[in-house]
Amino acid sequence: MKAVITVLGKDRVGIIAGVSAALAEHHVNILDISQTILQDYFTMIMLVDIDSERLAIPELAQQLDVVGERLGVQVRVQHEEIFTAMHRI
Amino acid sequence: MPLMNPFDILETLHMIEAEKLDIRTITMGISLRDCADHDGATARRRIFGKITRCADRLVAVADEIEQEFGIPIINKRIAITPIALVAEASTDASYVAFAETLEHAAATVGVNFIGGFSALVHKGYTEGDRKLIQSIPEALATTERVCSSVNVATTRAGINMDAVREMGEIITRTAQLTAARDGIGCAKLVVFANATEDNPFMAGAFHGIGEPECVINVGVSGPGAVKNALEKVRGEDFGVVAETIKRTAFKVTRMGQLVAQEASRRLGVPFGIVDLSLAPTPAIGDSVAQILEEMGLERCGAAGSTAALALLNDAVKKGGAMASSYVGGLSGAFIPVSEDAGMIQAAEEGVLSIEKLEAMTSVCSVGLDMIAIPGDTPPETISAIIADEAAIGVVNQKTTAVRLIPVPGKGVGERVEFGGLLGHTPIMPVSKLNSAPFIARGGRIPAPIQGLKN
Repeated sequence: MKAVITVLGKDRVGIIAGVSAALAEHHVNILDISQTILQDYFTMIMLVDIDSERLAIPELAQQLDVVGERLGVQVRVQHEEIFTAMHRI
Repeated sequence: MPLMNPFDILETLHMIEAEKLDIRTITMGISLRDCADHDGATARRRIFGKITRCADRLVAVADEIEQEFGIPIINKRIAITPIALVAEASTDASYVAFAETLEHAAATVGVNFIGGFSALVHKGYTEGDRKLIQSIPEALATTERVCSSVNVATTRAGINMDAVREMGEIITRTAQLTAARDGIGCAKLVVFANATEDNPFMAGAFHGIGEPECVINVGVSGPGAVKNALEKVRGEDFGVVAETIKRTAFKVTRMGQLVAQEASRRLGVPFGIVDLSLAPTPAIGDSVAQILEEMGLERCGAAGSTAALALLNDAVKKGGAMASSYVGGLSGAFIPVSEDAGMIQAAEEGVLSIEKLEAMTSVCSVGLDMIAIPGDTPPETISAIIADEAAIGVVNQKTTAVRLIPVPGKGVGERVEFGGLLGHTPIMPVSKLNSAPFIARGGRIPAPIQGLKN
């Protein structure tokens, strides 16, 4: 199943590396990335593919929370559908 | 697969994080028609068994969806067949024990409210209706989670003025029995005209008789999201305002649709409806009154409030209707005084009157809701207010309701604290003129000509 991961926080070295490493560890495939820095604020949105047999979203969210704390950023994992439902007719 | 517009994604997150967008309630409707029995205790056993069986996983599934989708689901609730219909087959003289069973069942499955301690008496009373209504004050005083409603009028049937008279007395008694908590029993009691069978919101929720065995209905909430969207179009004309509200309502309702379908799928229960209502909470940034202020009024209650609310209500429906396959319930803007920070402020400043609220109920849903009035208000005056609201609903072919709280021992201007989502409010004045001879007449006000649609 596809999920959207959003990372928000103050820019610093290692954010993309930290998050991607955690995803690789959990065999989560990154399908697309969009990232920007606006006035020191780091924003990254990733579309990922999660093997639902191996991992559920809440578990992944918990793991990424730990990573986020270490990096000083807020990481959110949500099922893709909430976004497609809201923004497409 | 191309990534969706990042702007859209951030907008969704902002709506949830900063603008208080959430699913206000997932309500499971459960039919208790097959629980009726000549013996009250047997009926209650069946009721408890059926509710706990059907709603066993409701809270757990709602929590799952909340975590997976990142959407807060504030309340999980249950609506049941109006108890008057279920308890009627039994020989019990009072239905308070049924309320206790509902309370116990609700506590067991972990929901915070269970609605349906109700009767439909728009044309007249059956024995069961009579007993149910008489049981209401004690039932609401001795339980926490049980909500009650009585439908006293419809456009097709007219207004049952005997019921209107009795409900003024019932509200007064309910307040008296909960006097130690400022009449809070009345916060769980709604008197309706044209009640809907699938309203997911409390206190007026019940599972109508045209509904199936079990159903999932969802109520969304996004006053903050609407206000925030309007802040970006300050000064623009009403066409732009309406369009902005419509688009926001679309997104808000889509979230409700998604959650409803997921819950339905995971629980194996049919999806009923999404209720589009814009429902405020006392929290900052979650106010319908502040939307009216954003539209250009100094305070809710100012001249123009009715027109503003009419636009808001209509735009919400137009945007929301496109977003959901089945729309129902009340689906309009709510104006509950104690549950809306902007309304509370207007009431405290003395610029919002019950008469202005009455006018506003002609263009939105719910009605005179969560309004605290002086404890010494005569029951006939309360009945007369109910009659006024019923007339607005019946003539305009819409739902209206009254949820008034006469606060024992307190007067105009004194503050009442109900707590939690029920909020707080100053006591508002009502007319001191005498309506007793009017209410004493009794009988039925005939259905208006608009009821003859065939």
